[in-house]
Amino acid sequence: MLCIRNSEKCLLWVRVLSNEVYIIGAGETKFGELWNKSLRNLAVEAGLKAIEDAGIYSRDVDAIYGANSLAGVINQQENIGALIADFSGLSADGIPSLRIESSTASGGAALRDAYLSIKSGEYDVVVVGGVEKMTDIHGNDILEKSSSILDREWEAFFGATPAAMAALIARKYMHDFNVEKEALSMFSVNDHLNGSKNPDAQFRNKLTIQQAMNATAVADPLNMMDCSPLSDGAAALVLASESYTKKNNREGIRILSSAVAEDYLAVGSRKSIYTLNSTKLAVEKAFRKAQIKRSDISFMEVHDSFSIYGLLELEDLGFAEKGKAKDLVYDEIKLDGSIPVNPSGGLKAKGDPYGAVGVGQAVDAYKQLMGKAGDNQIKDAGYALIHNMAGTGSSSVIHILGE
Amino acid sequence: MTELSRIWRETEYRYNLIGFKCKNCGNSYFPPRDICPTCHRESIGKMEKVKFSGNGEVLSYTIVHDAPPSFKRQVPYVLALIKLVEGPVITAQIVDCAPEDVDIGTKVHTVFRKIRQDGESGIIEYGYKFVIDS
Ligand SMILES: [Zn+2]
Repeated sequence: MLCIRNSEKCLLWVRVLSNEVYIIGAGETKFGELWNKSLRNLAVEAGLKAIEDAGIYSRDVDAIYGANSLAGVINQQENIGALIADFSGLSADGIPSLRIESSTASGGAALRDAYLSIKSGEYDVVVVGGVEKMTDIHGNDILEKSSSILDREWEAFFGATPAAMAALIARKYMHDFNVEKEALSMFSVNDHLNGSKNPDAQFRNKLTIQQAMNATAVADPLNMMDCSPLSDGAAALVLASESYTKKNNREGIRILSSAVAEDYLAVGSRKSIYTLNSTKLAVEKAFRKAQIKRSDISFMEVHDSFSIYGLLELEDLGFAEKGKAKDLVYDEIKLDGSIPVNPSGGLKAKGDPYGAVGVGQAVDAYKQLMGKAGDNQIKDAGYALIHNMAGTGSSSVIHILGE
Repeated sequence: MTELSRIWRETEYRYNLIGFKCKNCGNSYFPPRDICPTCHRESIGKMEKVKFSGNGEVLSYTIVHDAPPSFKRQVPYVLALIKLVEGPVITAQIVDCAPEDVDIGTKVHTVFRKIRQDGESGIIEYGYKFVIDS
């Protein structure tokens, strides 16, 4: 804003003047079937953990951004912003609290909105929460509800479920690129291996490739071990401005960049059904803004609600050519591989509480970068990429964290 | 759960496989949309209804084993992405065949069928499904 001509100097100026955003605290509940905990219990538990971790008081909080995807249809509860603020004991203080909804990418979207609110200079300290309570419903009724992340009138109406749409993508992908089912199953095997060491994960059992290959069919070619579970869970972060972080001597992880992009709602409308265009567009923006390279990324958390998406994401995030993710899934994505993926256990093993996923990914990335990831700690973790996706790829939200 | 007006609103398109064609670029769309994603505002007032032939081929397919209550009685069923000869790709079931008979590239055409029965209201909804060309 002060110089127009000399772009190098200009960058420096912008860096000095701009307000960097830091994550200074994080917390989450266990993910899983948490029958003794309600939507509001979960949200408050995660929020308090994050606030405690950050060492702040509720009076320091300027605003709350709460992510949730399906409380309206599952729990018949809307007005989630007020619910979260109220049961966090913050209503009397009048702290603004908004619910952000972007389907299964609600968490990433809330993180992004909170980031922008600090970046703009409006706020100094913002709490980002994500919560989903999916087991308050019996039997297959959940499939009716979860299918609302698709195009209800033109996909779900005709018998499509999220798993069925992922299966349609998987079949064509495997056909066109000669990819064996085993490559998809390996993604789940990796998730479970990592999840086995994450105390917050829903599944802590290791999975053999045989178990992953021979599980009960859900939507052929996908079986139960290709599909993330239905989970209850909540996660929260405390974000703070650069000035707050420095003035109060907080340790934090910087958000280098935040990006989001959209694609068609229905899979059939897209030019290529196995290309996640929202992911491709968002990741380009994210790297451009972060000014780092793919080779700088120490690990990724990606939105693998179905195993096939894990492979597509490796490709569309730019870590493999189209059809070649199969070359990464056996060794490279492991904790000690060249590009570790889902050290948390991912959606398959850590769990998939829709609206909370994106916030949970950031909680895990924060712990890694702070060196507090316990048994899953990646050595010298410097930069993390987190990818949170809505529906079958209709939106992707990407954050790059580090330092 | 399903309101009658909501079903009725889409009936014309679902019963007759009617979509829209953009008179600005010539692209055809299904499901119906008011704006052409290629031409944007240039397409305003230039989207016209078009009835599709109902002929197409299987772009991809799956056999659904785990279905919502309103489809439970049809399990397992074949769900497919069908590329119509006019261009649009639509999501629909393929019926009157063994799942093994379906493959990528299989030629199919539409039939008018019962789609689902709503569990709570008991309303039966109709629309298109596909069968393999003989
Ligand atoms: Zn047009």
